[in-house]
Amino acid sequence: MGNKTKKRILTFLATALMVILAIFTLAPFYFMFLSSLKPGTEMLRNGLSFTFDPAVSSFKNYEALNTYRDGIYWDWYKSSLILMVIQTLAGLILGSMVGYGLAMYDFKGKNIVITVVLLLMMVPFEILLLPLYQMLIRAKMINSYFGVVLPYLVPPFMIFFFRQYCLSLPKEMMEAAYMDGCSDFGIFFRIMVPNMIPAYGAMTILSCMNCWNNLLWPLIVLSNDRKFTIPIGMATTITPYGNAYDVLMPGAVMAVVPIVIIYLFAQKTFIAGLTSGAVKG
Amino acid sequence: MKLSSSAKKQESVFGHKAVPYLFIAPFIIFFIIVYLYPFFQTILMSFQRIDGPNHITWIGTSNYTKLFKDRNFSQSLMTTFRYAIWDVIILTTVPLIVACILNSGYVKFSAFFKSVFFIPALTSTIVAGIVFRLAFGTLDTSIANRVLALFGKPPRDWLMHADSANFVLILLTLWRWMGVNIVYYISGLQAIPPELYEAAQIDGANALQKFFYVSLPGVKPVLIYVITITVLGGFAMFTESVALFTQKYAGGIGRTIVGYMYQVGFYKSNLGMASAVGIVLLIIVLTVNLIQLIAMGFFRKEN
Repeated sequence: MGNKTKKRILTFLATALMVILAIFTLAPFYFMFLSSLKPGTEMLRNGLSFTFDPAVSSFKNYEALNTYRDGIYWDWYKSSLILMVIQTLAGLILGSMVGYGLAMYDFKGKNIVITVVLLLMMVPFEILLLPLYQMLIRAKMINSYFGVVLPYLVPPFMIFFFRQYCLSLPKEMMEAAYMDGCSDFGIFFRIMVPNMIPAYGAMTILSCMNCWNNLLWPLIVLSNDRKFTIPIGMATTITPYGNAYDVLMPGAVMAVVPIVIIYLFAQKTFIAGLTSGAVKG
Repeated sequence: MKLSSSAKKQESVFGHKAVPYLFIAPFIIFFIIVYLYPFFQTILMSFQRIDGPNHITWIGTSNYTKLFKDRNFSQSLMTTFRYAIWDVIILTTVPLIVACILNSGYVKFSAFFKSVFFIPALTSTIVAGIVFRLAFGTLDTSIANRVLALFGKPPRDWLMHADSANFVLILLTLWRWMGVNIVYYISGLQAIPPELYEAAQIDGANALQKFFYVSLPGVKPVLIYVITITVLGGFAMFTESVALFTQKYAGGIGRTIVGYMYQVGFYKSNLGMASAVGIVLLIIVLTVNLIQLIAMGFFRKEN
């Protein structure tokens, strides 16, 4: 067997394996979409099916989202979007500021702060929920959006990531700006921020993913079902008995849409940014 | 000479001495409110009985002794350990193998596959769980049972037995996280200088030897990172189990440590005992990660 044939066989085998994995990866989306077109009773009786059945399929379920409990699904949607925007913006601004400070300056206590940031990335956040919950009760912030985003305002993983990213940027630019009379915050906002776009892209996606998927803490804070996020709303709609598949399935499909759009927009910067930060870790 | 040395002094500190503290101030305030105070508060609460904001009784270690007598808690511990161990094994190895194949140069359209594998991470676990629940449903016509039928096996109640339930949980986690870990591993693999592979080639190394002697040591920093976050995510798992088993946990199947903590804290309003659960979780995660980091030689090459 020649070298060329061997290479061809390997290429075929490796690519075929990836195709099979890709099919498994995408299959749940296929089932999700097919089932979103079917009446819920059909789902209860027959479960998921591989084939599209025009006799029982229609977009009626999607219209039903507007009427189900007075359109509560779209209230959940709005909640999720609002929280995602606030949490991500706060994290990006504050996380990059702190990360920059830790990368660019020398000051007393710097190493302690860096160690603390690293340590926090290893602590299960779940153990802090009960005192935080009590704190919110005392501050009368239960059922408020601010209460939900509070523990995510300055995420340690973002601080770590932005610090790693800043370390890789040349310091000469900043010195030149300083000589020209630019203030410290001027240097940060006018020179560093534009240079950190790939890092912002990566962290935007990670933050949106985390927020869109977050269940436990919003579940504890939000008590009014009109203020629920999509995961909480969906989790409360799932019951061990008769499931409201007419709502769950189209709801599931619609829930995937915004985050995939963000991903497609920021995909290039995302992969580039994520890799440049991760390697040096 | 003097000028350059003073310029050098300013290399890392620009203006006033207080400036760096202004930059990190948001974190310091955040750390105290969101981490430090709640952390000590959790420790204190775990030794208390809390019947209301002004009805606090100190009860020593009785929360802990009650906890370890509770069969539901030991069951949750078992569920969590079983899940976390498989989680760490599967979620570090499978993505590493896929990343090596994608990076080998033999795969056509590898960038496309990388993107496809990442898409599940974008969905919410609850949403994905709805499909997985159906696919592994009790119906004879559920997809998993049809696959069993292909091999002539009888249908089963996938989510009703601890072992098969754990299998579905791991599958759901792998499906959602494989793409993320692949991105991490590929970044590590691409940082390995190609000369190392060429040298191994000249020495007559085969593919397996190249993997063990070049790729694996090369991705070690990334591997340590992936294992550390997987340990944390595995032991603190909650959302996946809610997605598959709802918050009722029939027969306790699928209830994790955090699921138990949530039930005790918010259904039974026993905040003291729930805090004790949190402390146990913290000790487990820190111990496992410490052992793991020592075993991986993380502290040895510190510089």
